[in-house]
Amino acid sequence: MSKLLMKGNDAIVRGAILAGCRIYFGYPITPASEIAESAARYMPRVGGTFLQAESEIASINMVYGAAGGGVRVMTASSGPGISLKQEGISYAAGSELPCVIVDIMRGGPGLGNIAPEQSDYNQVVKGGGHGNFKCPVLAPNSVQEMSDLTQLAFEIAEKYRTPVYVLADGYTGQMMEAVEFGEPFTNVPKQDWAVYGDAESKHNLISSIYLDPEELEEHNRKLQQKYENIKQNEVRVEEFMLDDAEYVVVGYGIVSRVLKTTVERLRSQGLKFGLLRPITLFPFPEKRIIELAKMAKKFLAVEMSNGQMVEDIRLAVNGSRPVEFYGRMGGVVPTAAELVERCQNLVKKEN
Amino acid sequence: MASKVLQKPASFYDTYERNPSTDKKMPHYCPGCGHGNVHKFIAEALDNYELADRTIFISPVGCSVFGYYYFDTGNIQAAHGRAPAVATGIKRAHPHSIVISYQGDGDLAAIGTAEILHAANRGENITVFFINNAIYGMTGGQMAPTTLETQKTTTTPTGRNARNEGYPVKVAELISQLEAPVYVERVALFDNKHRSRARMAVRKAIKNQADHLGFSLVEILSPCPSGWKMDPVDSLHWIKDVMMNQFPLGVYKDNTKEVEPYEAPKMQLSDEEIKQAIEIIPDTEKEFKKTEYAERYANPEIKVAGFGGQGVLLLGAALAQAGLLENYNVSWLPSYGPEMRGGTANCHVNVRNIPVGSPVVNDPTVLIALNRPSLEKFEPVVVKNGLIIYDTSLIDIEVQRDDVEVLAIPATEMADKLGNTRTANMIAMAAFAGYTGIFNRETLKETLKTAIKRKKLLAINEKAVDEGYEFGKSKRPS
Amino acid sequence: MQKKKLEKPFVKVVPELCKGCGICIEACPPEVLKFHDKFNTKGYHFAYYLGDDCRGCGVCFYACPEPEAIIVYKKGYEYEGEEVA
Repeated sequence: MSKLLMKGNDAIVRGAILAGCRIYFGYPITPASEIAESAARYMPRVGGTFLQAESEIASINMVYGAAGGGVRVMTASSGPGISLKQEGISYAAGSELPCVIVDIMRGGPGLGNIAPEQSDYNQVVKGGGHGNFKCPVLAPNSVQEMSDLTQLAFEIAEKYRTPVYVLADGYTGQMMEAVEFGEPFTNVPKQDWAVYGDAESKHNLISSIYLDPEELEEHNRKLQQKYENIKQNEVRVEEFMLDDAEYVVVGYGIVSRVLKTTVERLRSQGLKFGLLRPITLFPFPEKRIIELAKMAKKFLAVEMSNGQMVEDIRLAVNGSRPVEFYGRMGGVVPTAAELVERCQNLVKKEN
Repeated sequence: MASKVLQKPASFYDTYERNPSTDKKMPHYCPGCGHGNVHKFIAEALDNYELADRTIFISPVGCSVFGYYYFDTGNIQAAHGRAPAVATGIKRAHPHSIVISYQGDGDLAAIGTAEILHAANRGENITVFFINNAIYGMTGGQMAPTTLETQKTTTTPTGRNARNEGYPVKVAELISQLEAPVYVERVALFDNKHRSRARMAVRKAIKNQADHLGFSLVEILSPCPSGWKMDPVDSLHWIKDVMMNQFPLGVYKDNTKEVEPYEAPKMQLSDEEIKQAIEIIPDTEKEFKKTEYAERYANPEIKVAGFGGQGVLLLGAALAQAGLLENYNVSWLPSYGPEMRGGTANCHVNVRNIPVGSPVVNDPTVLIALNRPSLEKFEPVVVKNGLIIYDTSLIDIEVQRDDVEVLAIPATEMADKLGNTRTANMIAMAAFAGYTGIFNRETLKETLKTAIKRKKLLAINEKAVDEGYEFGKSKRPS
Repeated sequence: MQKKKLEKPFVKVVPELCKGCGICIEACPPEVLKFHDKFNTKGYHFAYYLGDDCRGCGVCFYACPEPEAIIVYKKGYEYEGEEVA
């Protein structure tokens, strides 16, 4: 047996270490705390650093400092903590620092609860902090992907010099599934922009300040070009039974798993449903949705939120097809049975 | 030999190319501003100790936000108040570097209070220069946390009133109360003697870091003639005559003679050692064959529930592990957080031939209830023709439904007879397998290697598996 | 070229880099620095050395907040070519 049974949160840390990450700064918060605990256990064993910071703000700023040093570094939290980290994430985006931020979403707003929601979509995918920036967002839906996409997150972060999110929910973090690991990557390249505390790198400056309006505009244009490149190159989706689909359901993370079961059941009833699961939320699979809109009659977005991703689908579809929404909030995970019913209604309305 | 010339230290850039001003030779500070003196002391110290190449200067938010215009070192600009956190990050990434966190009073003693306190408390091997000029200079003269009582600023137009704004924050005193810092001194820039003292303090604080001694902080009472609306020379007198009364000078802490230098050991691991260290090498290479069992038990969606402390989560995890070993698709989802600590626990386990959709078990095909509230709560949601297993030792009611299979087992009594009531969970787990036939007994025993952390409890849990499995099997419907 | 040794300490104020704060003037023990009647291109009355009696103590160098507005040459300073003064 080459697979191990472990929690999503544990798999993230193993994946990060395999990706060459040796520094973790974080603050405990349910349901993300196992990430910190796992990092506390394993980072020192591989010659790395785990540090429980005094606050979410401090932890993201520690990440900022280490990222400025050109090393692979990460932090993790849940919605309330991510809100606090937004300041530092904006600085990291402005200073073009690669780092990985994991958000194990819980119920909000405010203290909300610790059950799984997908209500951080807006603050994570749409920027959250101040300024004209976006961060690539990877949305795993299994424990295997918690590891795999964390590793990918480090690659994307470094390739584009940007913070990258891994966005999952409380259940994906807490649940155990089988996971298989690859070989460690230890050859983190030296970055020509980073500050290493040596003569070679001392001319480098990590900063997000551009006092002159035209210079700041130019910097922002450069950032927008980077986001454009990310859009061109980094879109990732999983498709299920879309080839002849008349109805397209769209969901990410844990919802996509329920939707897969839902589509299977609907297909057995002869209803031509298919699933589009965005794995990257930014970049969002707009092009694929535009293609699908040419053949599908209707779209249904399912989220554990008040309808945040659905806005991106509507933007892509641009009015050419109806886009409906079904959401659960407060930590309720929709069941396949209720989604089947919702989808059947979609067809009934059509007829 | 002492130098025969005193001139601009080499640790400053020759020209300040990052400064957008057309004048690349003149710093942006106002006439008479103390930042310039401290910059000069720092640059001179870096020259003397030959540290500039290794130095990373953290510029804060405030008048010294452009510190990176001047220091020919590595430079990082930080968010307001976060310089000690940023310094921590880069220092941990590159421990050989010399990290200087240079901060003003708003930055360090107001918005960044948590960051400085905790960086100091961790004894980060960094050097902090704290420029206390009792005012916000950059934003135009508002109250600082260190603004003196009765001092007028644009946000304390009638003078700082302790009843409204509290008292000046005394940073050197505060930081010196912590265990970890090795050197804390307050100095002032107002006459030759005190400037000399300040220069020495700056040197010492940098040297401490190079010597791996730990956290040093120098608070510098520094003139802000513009903010104070004073002539530069008068501002020096104000430090001496007014400011020093509320901020006494002196060495608040100096452990540098006593502490041992500390450098974190370096580690080089092979790929194989890394994999071992992070425990991703499975316990067994063995393949476990699936059993033949009645179709109605296939793809179980299991809910396990009981009191916290009964090993409910572990029971579920063992089932999932057994499923994994027999090459099923499995998932295990716990109740977590306050619910878990509130005294009840439950978990959801899927063991399926096809990939698991939702890991949430809303309508269990199998309920394993280890206490009465769990049976009462979840009995109604078990699917028709499902299976309920419950511990009769602790549950004094019976299953009401007649459309489900029931396996009543005195798991806790059986565990007690074995000598440890804590093994009741494994008895119930094995009873499920024995009753349904879904797992091999050997597979269950293999799962114990992962599930049971304390090796001395392995033998008794193996017995528990045997007992539970036999009990379940004996009740298996023919 | 043969090196020459400075026989008397000397202080040089660079007029264009002086912001005229006067702190060096206040600090100088032998009181050999003064504000100039002229002002520089920034509009500051810069400090200048009266030309005699500098002790090379360096006090003004550390009192001056500017990185390179003041240079102090001590007795015995070795130089080539043009006179330091």
